[in-house]
Amino acid sequence: MKKVLIIGATSAIAEHCARIWAAKGDVMHLVARNEQHVQTIASDLKVRGASEVTTYYLDLNNVGRHEELLNVADDALGSVDIVLIAHGTLSNQIKCEGSVEETLAEIQTNALSTISILTLIANRFEARKSGAICVISSVAGDRGRSTNYVYGSAKAMVTTFTSGMRQRLYKSNVSVVTIKPGFVDTPMTSEFTKGLLWAEPSAVAEKIVKAIDEKKSEIYVPSFWWMIMVILKKLPNFIFKRLDL
Amino acid sequence: MTMTTTISGWGNYPRQESQCTKPSTAALLRTAVNQEGSLLARGMGRSYGDSANAHKVLATSYCNHFIDFDERTGKLTAESGITLREILTVIVPKGWFLPVTPGTSYVTLGGAIASDVHGKNHHIAGTFGQHVTSLNLVLGTGELLTSSKHENADLFHATCGGMGLTGIIISATIQLIPIQSSFINQKTIKAGCIESACELFEENNDATYSVAWIDCLAKGKNLGRSVLMLGEHAEEGGLEIDLKEPVAVPFNTPAALLNSMTMKTFNTIYWHKAKAKPHHAVPLMPYFYPLDAIGNWNRMYGKKGFLQFQCVIPKSDGVANMRKLLTEVANSGEGSCLAVLKQFGKANDSLLSFPTEGYTLALDFKLNESTMQTVSRLEAMTLDMGGRLYLTKDAVMQESTFKATYPNWEKFEAVREQYGAIGKFSSMQSKRLGLA
Ligand SMILES: Cc1cc2nc3c(=O)[nH]c(=O)nc-3n(C[C@H](O)[C@H](O)[C@H](O)COP(=O)(O)OP(=O)(O)OC[C@H]3O[C@@H](n4cnc5c(N)ncnc54)[C@H](O)[C@@H]3O)c2cc1C
Ligand SMILES: NC(=O)c1ccc[n+]([C@@H]2O[C@H](COP(=O)([O-])OP(=O)(O)OC[C@H]3O[C@@H](n4cnc5c(N)ncnc54)[C@H](OP(=O)(O)O)[C@@H]3O)[C@@H](O)[C@H]2O)c1
Repeated sequence: MKKVLIIGATSAIAEHCARIWAAKGDVMHLVARNEQHVQTIASDLKVRGASEVTTYYLDLNNVGRHEELLNVADDALGSVDIVLIAHGTLSNQIKCEGSVEETLAEIQTNALSTISILTLIANRFEARKSGAICVISSVAGDRGRSTNYVYGSAKAMVTTFTSGMRQRLYKSNVSVVTIKPGFVDTPMTSEFTKGLLWAEPSAVAEKIVKAIDEKKSEIYVPSFWWMIMVILKKLPNFIFKRLDL
Repeated sequence: MTMTTTISGWGNYPRQESQCTKPSTAALLRTAVNQEGSLLARGMGRSYGDSANAHKVLATSYCNHFIDFDERTGKLTAESGITLREILTVIVPKGWFLPVTPGTSYVTLGGAIASDVHGKNHHIAGTFGQHVTSLNLVLGTGELLTSSKHENADLFHATCGGMGLTGIIISATIQLIPIQSSFINQKTIKAGCIESACELFEENNDATYSVAWIDCLAKGKNLGRSVLMLGEHAEEGGLEIDLKEPVAVPFNTPAALLNSMTMKTFNTIYWHKAKAKPHHAVPLMPYFYPLDAIGNWNRMYGKKGFLQFQCVIPKSDGVANMRKLLTEVANSGEGSCLAVLKQFGKANDSLLSFPTEGYTLALDFKLNESTMQTVSRLEAMTLDMGGRLYLTKDAVMQESTFKATYPNWEKFEAVREQYGAIGKFSSMQSKRLGLA
């Protein structure tokens, strides 16, 4: 029976991970800002087999309360085996271009709030010499593109930060797993027309849970995104800058 | 949350440009009713025709949470967008089963209630709605109202079988049935013609589950030859449930592949291969949901899609009338390999619920002009015989047939009027059938 802390637990991808853990009888502590939504998820996970589910409400941009968040989680779970960080917002690129405030707010949500939690957890897990940390970044962080580089650069920061943390914590038996999903059909992307490249959150969740179990470092989900991103990253700038992506 | 897409039922006909909203929580689903214009709830889109088509639909798929499950009493409460398949994964290992289940597990709780679905145990257990102990419905006014057989009973009986036209079902409580095993003891009997099939239904009226696969292309003395499958819940074998992901049919196959030759061959082989077998144990999933093993099998009918025809005809003269219907089908030479015959028990109190005492026949027709005419002739014959068609399978029924064969439609409209549904909830089907 594992003890799992899920940050941004109302995310559709995170919820599907939680359903997999629930079916195995694991214990979970869910953190999210929408109280009613996370309560619904908690009741559901109990019926699906979770041994115990507790909740905590916080707007994760309130970084001043992250220490408290982790203390409460420790109290609820005993000691945490797995942390999954999943919250995020798909930034409105056009709006960001017209507003410094909007741009910084998006970077706050998608990078800084995550980095704040990571910093605190890293120290706790390093001292304990155990634990798994999994963060949902994005393929968008692999190369900045005109249509979403604010979101992309925030995710790039998360990817780079976790890469460094992975090296540091390796010595302490703590695994750091960076997930780079491609297009996933969730509320975040509800206004997009779906095509062949789109994945279901349940399929993505299966890959995430497996990657954590196998202590993977960095995965693309679905895996074909690795190929797409290799090509995209290799494109010389004199071509890349002319593209509309 | 909202996007414009083309939607269709399982038959891929007709198609409809639709503004589809997919609220991420039940609370948002509820407030989505307040938007301008008339709407319709949509679940898994497993109804065949245009029952779940509308200019504006509210998809319930994110509202798929369990709310409560009492393992001692078998009472289960869940949001309406949960699928029966998900419910099974949780309840079967705990020794419970659905009181009534349709032939696919990929339907939502809300859809099962709205179509008041039936299963192979209709003659004993009635319809799905008869096992709903209460449901929460968002009315046209935005108000959330609980109803049951005892509370707001008029609304309850209009909502079960009401095809989404009374409001949006948000959640419901159902009473499950206890099982000791996830296996079914199946017994297979062959019937050489329709008369003997109907006799066998009569003789086996105490079997918990009964259904016949019928070779509707056989003619003459073989007309209506069938394989009758009876089932009882086993007592041994454990409670495990094996949910394999379906093998997908990736794209629409050319409709020519499914011509009458191949179907005839398929039907003949199937009939001759089926062996009369005494009781033997089969797992739940393939027993109840054989078609779920192939995802999107509807694509095998090609781009144009197909029609499903399902009628029920009264028991008196039922056998002779079934012979007439099957003769029509056999003569057309266009019927599918998927034809199902079943004996229904008594009707219930829900206003638009389909089953009435008698025989029901269901089969597919690949869509073209000639099959349209066949289906329309079958509709006329059913009307003459005092039968009716199943709304959740229908895409083409005439308003006059509907109004003549669902005599409670006016009461249904009165309840809708009273609870603020008129003008707020409608489907392409409800418009075609002349409902307000
Ligand atoms: C292979 C197959 C086998 C089948 N076998 C059987 C069978 O044996 N017996 C049987 O009875 N049926 C059977 N059906 C039909 C199926 O059970 C019904 O059409 C069912 O209603 C589909 O559920 P859905 O979630 O896909 O609903 P949809 O097709 O999305 O919607 C069907 C209707 O329900 C309404 N609805 C859906 N959700 C809600 C809600 N939350 N609130 C209010 N209204 C709602 C819609 O407005 C629409 O009118 C079968 C279908 C298939 C594809
Ligand atoms: N969907 C994709 O295509 C895709 C692709 C690549 C990466 N990702 C990443 O995957 C992760 C999960 O996203 P998803 O697809 O599952 O979308 P989602 O269902 O919309 O989940 C995002 C969640 O983050 C929460 N959140 C946002 N800001 C928050 C804050 N300040 N405090 C607390 N919670 C906050 C949201 O909560 P509220 O409901 O309360 O707003 C929402 O539940 C995200 O990090 C996303 O960037 C998604």
